[in-house]
Amino acid sequence: MANSYLTSESKKLATWYFTVAATLFGAQLLFGLVAAIQYVIPGFLFEILDFSVARMIHINALVVWMVFAMFGSVYWLLPDETGIETVGIELGKLLFWVFTAAVTVVVLVYIFVQVGAADETSIWFIHEGREYIEAPRWADLGITVVALGFVANLFMTGMKGNRSGIVTVLMADMIAFAGLYLTGMFYTDNITVDQFWWWWVIHLWVEATWEVFVGSIAAYGLITMIGAHRKVVEMWLWIEVTMLFGSGILGMGHHYFWIGTPEYWWEIGALFSALEPLPLVAMFIHVLYDWGKMQGEESAKGKDVSVITNKPAFTWFVLNAFGNFLGAGIWGFFHTLPQVNLYTHGTQFTSAHGHLAFFGAYATILIGMMYIAVQGKNGIKVMNNTTSTIFATSMITGGVVGMTVALTVAGYVDVLVTRAQMGATWAGYFDGQSGAWFAQGMDWRLVMGVVTFTGFFFLVKDLLSIGKATHHVR
Amino acid sequence: MAKKSVWSDNRFWQRSAAWITGFASVLLIWLTFDTSGQISMGNDSDLKNGVTKRVPGPTVINYKITYEMDKKRQHEVPVIGEKEKFFGRDDYSEEEAAKLLHLGKLGSQTKNCMNCHTLLGNGAYYAPDLTKAWLDPAWGPTGSMQAMTGKSTKEEAMAEFLQHPSQYPTHARMMPNLGITAEEAKGLVAFLKHMSSIDTNGFPRNFGKIQGAVNGK
Repeated sequence: MANSYLTSESKKLATWYFTVAATLFGAQLLFGLVAAIQYVIPGFLFEILDFSVARMIHINALVVWMVFAMFGSVYWLLPDETGIETVGIELGKLLFWVFTAAVTVVVLVYIFVQVGAADETSIWFIHEGREYIEAPRWADLGITVVALGFVANLFMTGMKGNRSGIVTVLMADMIAFAGLYLTGMFYTDNITVDQFWWWWVIHLWVEATWEVFVGSIAAYGLITMIGAHRKVVEMWLWIEVTMLFGSGILGMGHHYFWIGTPEYWWEIGALFSALEPLPLVAMFIHVLYDWGKMQGEESAKGKDVSVITNKPAFTWFVLNAFGNFLGAGIWGFFHTLPQVNLYTHGTQFTSAHGHLAFFGAYATILIGMMYIAVQGKNGIKVMNNTTSTIFATSMITGGVVGMTVALTVAGYVDVLVTRAQMGATWAGYFDGQSGAWFAQGMDWRLVMGVVTFTGFFFLVKDLLSIGKATHHVR
Repeated sequence: MAKKSVWSDNRFWQRSAAWITGFASVLLIWLTFDTSGQISMGNDSDLKNGVTKRVPGPTVINYKITYEMDKKRQHEVPVIGEKEKFFGRDDYSEEEAAKLLHLGKLGSQTKNCMNCHTLLGNGAYYAPDLTKAWLDPAWGPTGSMQAMTGKSTKEEAMAEFLQHPSQYPTHARMMPNLGITAEEAKGLVAFLKHMSSIDTNGFPRNFGKIQGAVNGK
């Protein structure tokens, strides 16, 4: 880390986390591309690297890069918020290497071993075959240790230094985040019980604890990038926590409509998950309102300069406000009511929602945090966009939105033909898959996937070189 | 001067967040206890005594399963009927059936079924949903799969297909060979049969209602 302006060890560790996160983001896109090609050309890498393997790496890399970037974000903001160096930073660094090594081994086993016999050994050492949390059991235990170390550092730092509202929320949120992982670690022969607890991890992560994490990061970003008033920002944050947990925890019911669980989840799931978009509206208004307010205060003083001190990062934060609301809020609400979900559950509709929600709610703001780290590392006061920033931002965003639209169109065919008309059988499934609208949807998804992947290279180039550009205020 | 409003007080919102989160969590935990009771797996005596469980016991593989419209609930439910041979037997003991189901469920995970198929609607969308695959007319006496695999029963045809999927292509998109052994295939078919007997509140709707459907009787 030559020429670094960073004096805080916590921030240095954050940049390591961001580096691995960006690498895994690339892996996510690469294997997503393989899977997208297989929809269009079914023989592609058949019995070499099958769809199941490509897709497993696609979604695992997604989860893991986001966790890495989340850990990095916390290590980045802790010194700023608490006013002290992170406690236990040496342990944090050791755990970083343990985590990175474990992830590397897991991915290599996914690629080169792929499947195992139907026994416990495969579960322990190859993968658990449970969507999103496929990691084998040895890695589960390792991840638990790493997460506990991370949470311990956060708590010790928060208790020793200045415990701001943002740090308080993060402490409560991260311990829930880590603790929930435990509910996805056991094996059962009862698939209904299996999926019931599986959702405790998946849903209570992405529709509760991760969203609260995003609220905290957005709050930190608004304070550091446009100088928003802490008291206002933290009040919004508490309101968001109230609304997110108030709707999201019981909103879990919308995953319990059809897995063998009782009917009362229809009503509970419908009501609370229908409320889930509300906090996302609040977060959207919050970001744009504060921006307008701070810029207005400057204008009132007769100053004609932007209040934003990091243009690329703030762009990603604003994209987060839009993307979270659209991808998680609107695309989620589309199919959250049981009357609709009966036909959309397990179709490309879900996939469309998944793409825009993970991107809009999480990828955007975490990329924004990477730009904040680049700014800090290079000692820049006001960081401006470069041509690569513009290309990266528009190609990645355009690509993901394009994929979402394409998958939504394909989803309609799935819903109308496979489900409503043909009754979801094997034959009905392939009737839907061979529809012209479905096939074209998959073609366009691949095109838009290539656009996204190209944008990723601009992003990497920009993250590596923007700090050296000369048009920033130093 | 008006008094400062409680609505702009951070401590008020902090407490609201704590209370509402706590309340929602307690409600979720309470519902989890209730649901856990309702989704625990049944046993052989439930099946023999006609006790309806949302998730029947493993010996459900000894019985015929159909998917029928329930007038009162206004959607289809699995109905467990008379005895039916499964790989030539209809007298699997509780222990034998549980062992088969265990092998099949483990296999469904280690072979990574869920990253192409959906199970109970969850998973990937690259291959057909397996929730009620056991009841799919394609595997029945009038379907194409028994003739294709040269087998005379549904379970044998399924097991044969699972062991050599790329020998029996039905579409350009094929299932890859996953090294499934004969015993594992038997377990997987038992797992599929068991899954089809789970009460999924009518999901998937109209399953098998197209030509050659397994509807009722």
